Amino acid sequence: MKSKVNRELPDELMNQLNYKPFETTEIGHPEIQRVAPKVHVSTGDDKVVDSIKQVVVDTVKDGMTISFHHHFRNGDFVFNQVMRVIIDAGIKNLTLAPSSLTGVMNDMVIEAIKAGTITNITSSGMRGSLGDFVSHGGLKNPVIFRSHGNRARAIEHGDIKIDVAFLGVPSADRLGNANGMEGNAVFGSLGYALMDAQYADQVVLLTDNIVDYPNTPASIKQTQVDYVVKVDKVGDPDKIGSGATRFTKDPKELKIASMVNDVITHSPYFKDGFSFQTGSGGAALAVTRYLRQSMIDNQIKASFALGGITKPTTDLLNEGLVKKVMDVQDFDKGAADSMHTNGNQQEIDASWYADPDNKGAMVDQLDVVILSALEIDTKFNVNVMTGSDGVIRGAIGGHQDAATGKLTIISAPLVRGRIATVVPDVTTVVTPGDSVDVLVTEFGIAINPKRTDLIAVLSNIPGLPVYKIEDLQKMAEKRVGTPKPLEFTDRTVALIEYRDGTVIDTVKEVKD
Amino acid sequence: MEIKKTAIAGTLESSDIQLMISQADSGITIDLQSDVKKVFGDQIEAVITTTLKAMGVTAAKVKAVDKGALDCVIKARTIAAVQRAAETTDTPAWEVL
Repeated sequence: MKSKVNRELPDELMNQLNYKPFETTEIGHPEIQRVAPKVHVSTGDDKVVDSIKQVVVDTVKDGMTISFHHHFRNGDFVFNQVMRVIIDAGIKNLTLAPSSLTGVMNDMVIEAIKAGTITNITSSGMRGSLGDFVSHGGLKNPVIFRSHGNRARAIEHGDIKIDVAFLGVPSADRLGNANGMEGNAVFGSLGYALMDAQYADQVVLLTDNIVDYPNTPASIKQTQVDYVVKVDKVGDPDKIGSGATRFTKDPKELKIASMVNDVITHSPYFKDGFSFQTGSGGAALAVTRYLRQSMIDNQIKASFALGGITKPTTDLLNEGLVKKVMDVQDFDKGAADSMHTNGNQQEIDASWYADPDNKGAMVDQLDVVILSALEIDTKFNVNVMTGSDGVIRGAIGGHQDAATGKLTIISAPLVRGRIATVVPDVTTVVTPGDSVDVLVTEFGIAINPKRTDLIAVLSNIPGLPVYKIEDLQKMAEKRVGTPKPLEFTDRTVALIEYRDGTVIDTVKEVKD
Repeated sequence: MEIKKTAIAGTLESSDIQLMISQADSGITIDLQSDVKKVFGDQIEAVITTTLKAMGVTAAKVKAVDKGALDCVIKARTIAAVQRAAETTDTPAWEVL
């Protein structure tokens, strides 16, 4: 069978896992039945334990699904501590269902796969040695990649049934009231972990900072928590996010950012009360700076900024140019601190952020979104998952979710080194071209032909050359040459779900 | 053109290629390291080989560390490395450039 973006999907696997191929970006109005977690009733007086081992023995059994969050990013000390104990306890056949996997977890995941401890994985993404391991067939069952919004949907549906969630927090009280804002290793919003806290059968908090009861503000509540484990350190604050956000001086990135800003300001969405989401890359941060000046010049204020938040965005909040920041995760310390001090920066969970099967998610209200791409093809399909060698090295993140915004801009250089970004067909389709509106490269922009309204308003702007995307692709190929097609085996190592839970593409084992 | 000594041209900066050319008894062998080897490896080796042959080099050992260089860069670095290895930098063979 094939998905609507013309990708062949393996029939046997699709039927075995009861999957449907991706059809449309339209979600419609289905009626959804959500699930509820088991509750182990307690008055809460005996939740605090000193030993991870004791909790693991009490909670984790063969064949269960366990989860973690990735808010500590590469400063995470929790994942490796817990997985060490689980591997050593000889537990087998677990499904690992974290919000995402960061580089610091890679070696431990590989060890757990080799030991038979982990036999299934669902994640937003993976990189480095783990991506390499999986792409070379290291895990028997295919990894299931889900966007942040889709993970929330899958948890609410029961597609992901978390038995035990291990959630590291920089501050908690003895009953489990916890937040991500106070303590040593602070990361701000607990957005992704809030799903696990709400839906896991058993919730284990790990903290190096047990504070007086009751701890407020409480992002995770005592009503959700089974255990509070005291550990020496939950994370390394220096590795959680980039420290001070530095603006790029790369002329190519600045040119792209300036053109992205031109696209935004000439679009019909740039008016008082508009909303936007930017990423954390160099060009995206620079867009925020250009956009700030345009907002001041035109006396326009934004109603909200959404998504992964950085300091340049919270600066706009402090200046009054953005009225609210809706914050599912913080990429730097400035943004994390701001959540603590600024009441207009609202912590939101992944469902509120981006779950399509909802009574309205924030992304449904989004006007302008700027996203990146490893590759984009002449159908505007975007790959953020596999690299130029076909190996897994990325994450869906909120890409598919935010792309449903009214004006979705992909900002990317035409080529990176000898690798073309604009290609005839992306290696892996993650976000379908139907939800992408404009591509901005340093040479010019391409507008999705379906957006005739945008072609009309963006076609005669000085300094903003408009090309057909096929022409940009040819320009790229002329520069770098024609690559030899990548070689894969028939074995499926990963499935890429669309945000509605259908399968849009697969990743095959690389041949080398 | 005869390779007289081992010589290097190019850097390890991105979009560059570093080539080390040394003596060999016969034939051209290329040891290529590149992040884009899977998709451009054959092309990179072809550019090096063609350039060497155009300069009359029939026996050489080449070690190439590519950082995503375009063909024009690969050609230029190959020419420079050969001239250094053949000790002809003072009298470059302009006609093959």
